[in-house]
Amino acid sequence: MIETDEIDRRILRILVRDARKSSKAIGEDLGLSQPAVWRRIRRLKDCGVIRGQRLCLKSEKLGLGVMVFLGVKLAAKGRGSIESFERAVSAIPEVLSVEHVLGLYDYRLKVVARDIPDFERVLRRRIMTLPGAGQVEANVLLSEERKYGPL
Amino acid sequence: MLDDVDRRILRQFQAAPEMSVAQLAERCFLTTASCWRRLEKLESSGVILGHEAVVDWQALGFGVEVSLRITLDKTQSSAFDDFLTKARDVPEVLEVQTFLGRVDVRLLVIARDMAHYQDVYRSQILSLPHIADIEALMHIARLKSDEVLPI
Repeated sequence: MIETDEIDRRILRILVRDARKSSKAIGEDLGLSQPAVWRRIRRLKDCGVIRGQRLCLKSEKLGLGVMVFLGVKLAAKGRGSIESFERAVSAIPEVLSVEHVLGLYDYRLKVVARDIPDFERVLRRRIMTLPGAGQVEANVLLSEERKYGPL
Repeated sequence: MLDDVDRRILRQFQAAPEMSVAQLAERCFLTTASCWRRLEKLESSGVILGHEAVVDWQALGFGVEVSLRITLDKTQSSAFDDFLTKARDVPEVLEVQTFLGRVDVRLLVIARDMAHYQDVYRSQILSLPHIADIEALMHIARLKSDEVLPI
C-alpha cells in the first residue's frame, strides 16, 4: 500500500472518468504543471494503483443484449479439479469475469450473450459441461451502475 | 450498423486500450485518418463510451471486497428507488446492480480491513431502507477481470 495525498486522489478522480486526459489538461484543472502531474501519474502506475485502462463499450450496441451473473458451486466430487475448472472457465470468451468467492457459492461469473436463447446455449454447452461444476444460480442483470469509490 | 472494420478496431482497441490512434490504425491496416474517423463515429453513436483508468483498490489499502446480495421488501412500491438512492450515497459502494432472479440488488463494497467493513456494514448498509434479506460473498481472488467483450 502506498501513501496518497489529496492531489493524487484528485488526479485519480479525473482519470477514472477519462483515462485519456492529458497530463497538461489535468494540470490546468488542478493548477499544477504538466511535469508535476506526469510524475504523479507515473508513480501511481509504478505502485500499481493505476493498473491500466479499460475501453468502455456499450454491449447492447454490439448485439450483446444479455448480461447474466452466475453463482457456481463446485460439485463435492469435483473439488480435486479446481485448477482445471478455473482454467476452463477463464477460457470461455462469453465469460467476462471470474471471481473466486467465499460464501454461498465458490465462483461468481459474469456472462454476456446476444439474447436469452444464446445465453442458454452458453450455459448448457460451455458452463454446465465444465469439469467439477455443480449447482448454478443465474441472475439476469437489469441495470448496472459503477461508482468511482472513496477517492 | 457496425461493419467488419469497426469490429476489428474494437477488438484491437479492447486488447490494448493504451494505444494511440496511430498505433491502432497500424494494427488494423488503416490510415490514421480513416481510423480516427471511424473512432469518432463509434463514439458519437455511443458504441464507445470512453476510457477509464482501472484502479487497484488493494494498492490503495482497501483489502476487503464483499458482494452483498440483497433481497428487498417489495410490498412497498417505492422500495427499489428508495434503496438505490440511498445506496448510491455510500462511498464504499463501488457497484450497484439490479437483477431479475433470486436476488434483487447487488452491492460491491470495499473496506480497508474487516473492522472497517464491519463499521460500514453496520452503520451504512444495514440502515438502508426496505431490506428483507442480505447474503454476503467475500471476494478471495479475481481470476479474470479484463471484461473484454467477444466482438
